[in-house]
Amino acid sequence: MRLFANANYDFIGKRRTAYAIAGALLGLFFVAAIVFQVSRGSWLNYGVDFTGGTLVQVRFEQPASANDLRAILPGTEITRFGGENEYLIRAPVYEEGTDASAPVVAALQERYGEGAFQVVRTEAVGAKIGGELQQRALMAILVSFVFVLIYLALRFEWRFGVAAVVATAHDVLFSLGMISALQLEVSLPTVAAVLTVLGYSLNDKIVVFDRARENLKRTGRREDFAGVLNRSINETLPRTILTSVTTAAALLALFLFGGEIIRGFSTIMLVGVVVGTFSSIFIASPVLLEIEKRWPSTAKKGSRTSRTARAGAAV
Amino acid sequence: MFGTLKGRFLVIFLILAACGWAFFDNYRECRTQAGDEPRTCSPIKLGLDLQGGMHLALEVADPEGTLTQEAKVDATDRALKIIRTRIDEFGVAEPLIQKVGDTRIIVELPGIREEGRAKEIIQRTAFLEWRLVKGGPEFRAALPRMDRAIVDVLGPQGEAGEAQADTAPAQAQRETVEQLLFQQRRDTAAAADTAAEETVETAPSRRPLTALLLDDGQPHSFLVADADVPKVVRYLDIPEVQRLMPRGIATLWAAEPESRGAQLYRRLYVVENRAFITGERLQDATATRDPQTFETIVAFELDRTGGRQFERVTAANIGEQIAIILDNQVHSAPVVQSRIGSRGQITMGNAPLQEAQDLALVLRAGALPAPLEILEERTVGPSLGADSIQQGEVAGIIGVLLVIAIMVVYYKFAGFLAVLALVFYTILVLGGLAGLDATLTAPGIAGLILSIGMAVDANVLIFERIREELAAGRSPRAAVDTGFQQAMSAIVDSNLTTLITGLILFQVGTGPVRGFAVTLSIGIVASFVSAVFVTRTLFLLYLQRRRATQPISI
Repeated sequence: MRLFANANYDFIGKRRTAYAIAGALLGLFFVAAIVFQVSRGSWLNYGVDFTGGTLVQVRFEQPASANDLRAILPGTEITRFGGENEYLIRAPVYEEGTDASAPVVAALQERYGEGAFQVVRTEAVGAKIGGELQQRALMAILVSFVFVLIYLALRFEWRFGVAAVVATAHDVLFSLGMISALQLEVSLPTVAAVLTVLGYSLNDKIVVFDRARENLKRTGRREDFAGVLNRSINETLPRTILTSVTTAAALLALFLFGGEIIRGFSTIMLVGVVVGTFSSIFIASPVLLEIEKRWPSTAKKGSRTSRTARAGAAV
Repeated sequence: MFGTLKGRFLVIFLILAACGWAFFDNYRECRTQAGDEPRTCSPIKLGLDLQGGMHLALEVADPEGTLTQEAKVDATDRALKIIRTRIDEFGVAEPLIQKVGDTRIIVELPGIREEGRAKEIIQRTAFLEWRLVKGGPEFRAALPRMDRAIVDVLGPQGEAGEAQADTAPAQAQRETVEQLLFQQRRDTAAAADTAAEETVETAPSRRPLTALLLDDGQPHSFLVADADVPKVVRYLDIPEVQRLMPRGIATLWAAEPESRGAQLYRRLYVVENRAFITGERLQDATATRDPQTFETIVAFELDRTGGRQFERVTAANIGEQIAIILDNQVHSAPVVQSRIGSRGQITMGNAPLQEAQDLALVLRAGALPAPLEILEERTVGPSLGADSIQQGEVAGIIGVLLVIAIMVVYYKFAGFLAVLALVFYTILVLGGLAGLDATLTAPGIAGLILSIGMAVDANVLIFERIREELAAGRSPRAAVDTGFQQAMSAIVDSNLTTLITGLILFQVGTGPVRGFAVTLSIGIVASFVSAVFVTRTLFLLYLQRRRATQPISI
């Protein structure tokens, strides 16, 4: 079986449409983010990892109603976790040094009696740690970008690096936008998911650019830049699609059967893979073309490609 | 070695053997540690979120912000040692107790069931000291001035009014109990009542502290109704009142309440403000029950120096009281009948024996240099962890089956070779996790499943190249060779960038995220080896038996 074997689609030519779609979606997310920022005070639904606070996960023997829980635990946020029997109880504050889950457990025991439920998980994070974790998460994403940019600058020409980072930034923004729009809880695994999207997406762009670099070296000045890029996208299209499909298949299994704890993670990754594939085809190379148009290589056309080739061969 | 087919298979075999050894070694180590204890041993270390347990981040408490950085670092280092000793004695399998940064301590206790008890053992300062109970008369003499200071600071009416409003029933009850127990006081009170003309000085609103301290004839201590304890604590905490405290004395509360009739009281002791001996001189502590009274006690023994010191002080103070103080609470204050040697005990009433055992444990391990506060606490019950593992297994198996199906349908025999390489990859990742003593967490399992999807990427890159070369009219053998060569740079570049993000995650992340970063990073290296080396070897074997021009299944 072979899909897209001799594909020859005009991806570069349709770049304006692609920009419009990407821009519209990002704009939509942006509006949603602003709405949440105004209505809820924060565009992201930070979990206790980042805001500090207390989380108690309770598993009941018999189904319990969320309204009941809300009534006996005022001031907490109650969310169902999987089935009817399991709930997450979140309290906004955790005072360092107190036994965080004790009041919740006491209130539940009074209402339901001992043995009617089981505390399967508790998390209590002080505001101090929460702030630190938030900073570290942000640092992680930024530092990853910087290092990857440096690597790409060494390995490819800087134009390739910038284009790859722009396309990847699109994917990361898209993921963040979706996390905001769906109000997925932002916890440490969420950050891991976003960083993995970043890694996967870059990986995808590099494969296309690697081919573009090779094609530029081979064709020299006989073909125009846009044409080479378009051909490179088409040549790598089977691989781009197939790898996305296998990765998405593994993620789909994770999403469906992997359990509630990593559902947020697999949701983000699943969307990240789809968006990453889209941007590898429709954003990365067109952006490279735009950069080339605006800041053309100062050297003559012929030597541009050979310099690219040398940069590639040097490492 | 890499050149010949035999050499290549030898390398693959050696890698697999190393992985097998890593599994076996970990398993054996776990078995040895577990001893007779029935424990499930996993060749890969499971994170707290998978096997259940407790994670704590602690820091030296410094509510007033008076400690210097050096003092904090020093206190942290000493606390770390003491916690380690305590946990060792407590008996937790494979605890992790480490310092993070300069002043933070991370404690991870896998599989722990009694979280509250473990927390108590870690957090308890356990500062044991002995002080002379004395200074009652001086304290009494200072009380009127303290009362005035309290009135000056808090105001007479508002404070007194509030006090009367919220403790009215308690106060009424107190009067009756008082009347029963303390005759002479009732007389004076009654006299005042009948006279019905309280002087300004004796009105309760004018003597807020004295009014709450009940005299039961003990020279150096008072009783305070349980309901009034917070108020007295507040009064005594006022800096102006602290300044009026006579030189060399301090007040400390009893650990346990006392009952008089239906009412609970807490005793406030007046003691010397320094200890004549502290828990440092403790040699041993054991929990037992008093054979006569059946009370729970912790019996302790002092070392030689401590014993001599104790003897000297008790000999000089026969007839006086000495207070045994643990964490600023008086546990008992026996009257010295005669010289006491190196043995003593802390009485705990009818507390469960386990509580006494825990106390004995922390006393043996030594006191924390400063109280610790918990900044972060996470516990996962064993059932949740087991669920995560089971769900991970199901998702993993289905994910792998899907990937296998896609590869075999799309690439036929070559896809089958890639699947074999994938098996090798899985063993290598698990072996790597076992060999590096890395911890598998729930996000780690996600990373593992994800990396299976991504691991075939390198194979896909190679196979696509081979197909292109075949389409360009090359012979199968040449196509395979060029395919592998041409795909190389893309594979290296893409793997390295993912590795960069993996390493950064490892640096920045904690706990489960770190587990994810480790699995991801190991996965990348393993996928590189399996795609580039193993698939190549399998291809060589496949091509060896065919003529160069015979078509291949790809």
